[in-house]
Amino acid sequence: MIPTTPLLDPIVFPDPRHGSGAHDFFERSITTTRDRSFVLGLIVPVGLALGWEIAVGLGWAEGRLLPPPSRILRTFADLTLTGELAGHVVATLGRVGLGFLLGVLAGTAIGALTGTSSLARRLLDPTFQGLRSIPSIAWVPLFILWFGIFELSKVLLIAVGVFFPIYLALSGAILNLDRKLVEVGRVFRLSRLAMVWRVFLPATLPSYFIALRTGLGLGWMFVVAAEFMGASEGLGFLLTDGQMTGNPKVILASIVAFAFLGKLTDWGLARLAERVLRWQDAFKPSA
Amino acid sequence: MLNILRLAKRYPNGHLALSGFDLDVAAGEIVAVVGGSGCGKSTLLRLIAGLDRASGGNVSLNGKSVIAPHPEIGLVFQEPRLMPWLTIRENVGFGLRDLRKEAKHARVVEALSRVGLADVGDHWPRELSGGMAQRVSLVRALVARPSVLLLDEPFSALDALTRYDLQEHLVELWSFDRPTLVLVTHDIEEALFLADRVVVMRGQPGRIHSISAPHLPRPRNRGDQQFQSWKQSLFAELHDSVRAAPVDRTGEIDENAGIVHFKKVV
Repeated sequence: MIPTTPLLDPIVFPDPRHGSGAHDFFERSITTTRDRSFVLGLIVPVGLALGWEIAVGLGWAEGRLLPPPSRILRTFADLTLTGELAGHVVATLGRVGLGFLLGVLAGTAIGALTGTSSLARRLLDPTFQGLRSIPSIAWVPLFILWFGIFELSKVLLIAVGVFFPIYLALSGAILNLDRKLVEVGRVFRLSRLAMVWRVFLPATLPSYFIALRTGLGLGWMFVVAAEFMGASEGLGFLLTDGQMTGNPKVILASIVAFAFLGKLTDWGLARLAERVLRWQDAFKPSA
Repeated sequence: MLNILRLAKRYPNGHLALSGFDLDVAAGEIVAVVGGSGCGKSTLLRLIAGLDRASGGNVSLNGKSVIAPHPEIGLVFQEPRLMPWLTIRENVGFGLRDLRKEAKHARVVEALSRVGLADVGDHWPRELSGGMAQRVSLVRALVARPSVLLLDEPFSALDALTRYDLQEHLVELWSFDRPTLVLVTHDIEEALFLADRVVVMRGQPGRIHSISAPHLPRPRNRGDQQFQSWKQSLFAELHDSVRAAPVDRTGEIDENAGIVHFKKVV
């Protein structure tokens, strides 16, 4: 007679809150790997900067067209002391921030609409695909004509740049959704709105965050285009100002500021993505 | 309580999956539908669940027609299909949106501890083994207290040992609220272990070949003499039916296809 197995005993899992067990071990080793990657990533830029500094210092190269790091840093210091840099940074950040927000809202709303409604997709998608191919700079004169040379035209230009990657990614991700999960939603009789909010959007979060980062990068690109025309402050204005006054130090300081802020905001978004996407069962490459 | 009458399904591509299926299921009964691949058993469940529309015939629950997903009818799929972005606790509570927060939480916690998964509540689905995830999927369906639970080959993706555990688990869970269970499986032993009645389907498109009521006492014992002899006769039926059954997928829906009842005398 085959003995029947007893009822299953409760399974005991290491509690992630108490910081013990396999879960915590992996968390720790990933952090050290990230620190190591960070250091490795710094070697090339720091090495090049130091090398150039030494070359100019020893008189091997002329530091006028491409100033050495020390001169760029001094320019930074000057601008900060006068409070000028702060003003420019705030202006540019504000435009990028607002434009990004608008672009994300529009891209999410319309992307969700065309993803879930085939009628909406057939009506709207061809138009958006056509608009997408227009290069960013081409919008500038039109927006200046329509919205003036002050803040509105700049913010809208950035919003347009941010809109497209998010619209595309969300719409495409919804269309590629695993129907298995959608069927679970149907079995539990989720309303259309509940289906979008509780199944479609969370399921598309990984693609969505990639699109957010792409959108942010485009936002930084578009703000330069926007500030080239008719700006009286901002990092892009600083760029053209440096060119007009024949001051490469200012040009480079502005570029460095762009790089720094761009990287900082992207890093912030990446960290947010990491947090929100903790649940992902995805391939995580090691160092 | 659950009445299926002349149910048939032809897919838009012309494929005839089901042709004239009749079954009456009593409240609290466990019915297993056994058949080979392609006989339309999964289609049958999807039609009862309201996920697909029937081409002919009708499903009714307590006299009312079922044409769309129904609050009283739950469905457990072959894969766990847990939402990867929700914790186990949130997954189990997925279908309980009409309840207030405290009531929902209480029911979820009680259900999880009943299956021995109380400690796993805060974990992600990707951290669970296949058997545990399928257990969670079962709990998710049962916590909504459906009066009918449909199971589409729920354990076929698991290894034999886990399968035996979960089969016993299912009976134990069923004994609390005693919902009606309709289980589709290709495993005769599983059908005999769980069911009050076993329906054997044959042919492509699928039709009922026989309905048997083994009347084996619970708790069922796989090594039992009676169990084994039932298993052998059902196996023979299923395999004879597979060999001899006609394959005619382009045919018309046979509205008058009767069923053959085999009354087994033990």
